[in-house]
Amino acid sequence: MAKLPTTSGTRPRGTRAETTEAPATAPQRNKLQETGVSTIDWLDERTSLSAGARWMMFRKIPKGTNWFYTLGSATMFAFLSQAVTGVFLAMYYDPSATRAYESVRFLTNEVFLGEFVRGMHKWGSTVMVILIFLHMARTFFFGAYKYPRELNWVIGVVLLILTLAMSFTGYLLPFDQRSYWATTVGVAINGTGPLVGPYLSDFLRAGPEFGATTLARFYAIHMLLLPGIIAAMIGAHLYLVARLGTTAPPWIRAESSPELREDSK
Amino acid sequence: MPVPDDRKQQPKTTADAKIPGAYEGETVTRRRFMTASAHTAGGIATAAFTLPALGMAFGPVFEKEQVRWEAVGPTEDFPDDTYIPRTITLSPGIGEVGKSTVYVRRYNDTIDSEVKDEYNDYVAITSRCMHLGCPVRYVEASERFICPCHGGVYDREGKVSGGPPVRPLDRFYTRVRDGIVEVGPRYSLNSELRRFSPRDPGQAIDGVGQYLYPSRPSIRKLPGT
Repeated sequence: MAKLPTTSGTRPRGTRAETTEAPATAPQRNKLQETGVSTIDWLDERTSLSAGARWMMFRKIPKGTNWFYTLGSATMFAFLSQAVTGVFLAMYYDPSATRAYESVRFLTNEVFLGEFVRGMHKWGSTVMVILIFLHMARTFFFGAYKYPRELNWVIGVVLLILTLAMSFTGYLLPFDQRSYWATTVGVAINGTGPLVGPYLSDFLRAGPEFGATTLARFYAIHMLLLPGIIAAMIGAHLYLVARLGTTAPPWIRAESSPELREDSK
Repeated sequence: MPVPDDRKQQPKTTADAKIPGAYEGETVTRRRFMTASAHTAGGIATAAFTLPALGMAFGPVFEKEQVRWEAVGPTEDFPDDTYIPRTITLSPGIGEVGKSTVYVRRYNDTIDSEVKDEYNDYVAITSRCMHLGCPVRYVEASERFICPCHGGVYDREGKVSGGPPVRPLDRFYTRVRDGIVEVGPRYSLNSELRRFSPRDPGQAIDGVGQYLYPSRPSIRKLPGT
């Protein structure tokens, strides 16, 4: 633990030290620094966040860790980009069957930077799916799914499925010919699952035909239900990564310390 | 010989267990009772908002759709040897999105093998492909329905003649009122053109298919057909 200046010495809690007169050489800089430090100290004294941050950030990593290990973070940043751009797209989007297309046209053609932000969201979704598969391939080929990390693999697979569900529900939202027919086909594919399929497609459409509330339903799933679950799952995924540590690449040989080595003569 | 039960006898009351502050005849400690009550209260509170919300999301699965009949034109518009495309509204209130094309013609004894009854004086065939729901088009020259997506082909009765579709094109009930042909609810057919409650595209009805893809409460064929 870092020493907390406000609790050191014999001063009662909450009183301020009056001794730190800034040196005349760089008074401005020192004052800024002091404000920053004391703010962080104030927060840390009440939350102990720095311990958690240190636990998360300063982990031991194995020899041989390389650029392939950044694919998970890359996927997470793709998700963050989708979340941020999505929130702002929602400010202009209207999830009604008669007005959705027009609202997308407006936000693409008229809104300042609208085309750019929508483009990031549209292409970013593809980038996220590609990254998640690359991350999965890295985990598979490096054997990083093995004991004790099986549960993290399972969470990762759930995240993959949720990401694909995001792609499916998001595809309908521009509400042009392509989205409408792709969703018609996609819902029919869901319906081909035996026994539950017909009920699942009724659930997705909110009825036996593509109806008045289908679009709103897809919108709610896309922007409220799934992002919440994905964020929670990413939290669990990261917690397990920090707790269990990462694996060395398979080409790095384990080296045991000499005193632990058994004589195998 | 019965095996003697040498498990430790559980004390029946808190007094037997010598728990401090026990009342006479008390079988559950107050701490345990309070814990259980708090958990029950929490469970009830969670269920009170979760169950209605889920009910709202799943309600449409069990809600029966209204039977609607829609006029598509006077009887003399429809010949018995080719189809006339007409637009009907499947889902009212959402503009163009709720509309769909049906192909209509008069029942023809020499072509049709569907059993004749009061609902098929006019044959109305959906434009929804039974592979995955793309829109099919009737091509007059080849007397075939053709799907642009994955190459599904149907003969002029709507029976599958090639490609991935799993059953003949769905049809709509029709009736004639005051010389006007009206199109009603949709129904599905197996490969012998026997009627079934409407299924989604991609769901086979022949053989075991009718049980693997059960009919849904939201949409049924008309009773007695």
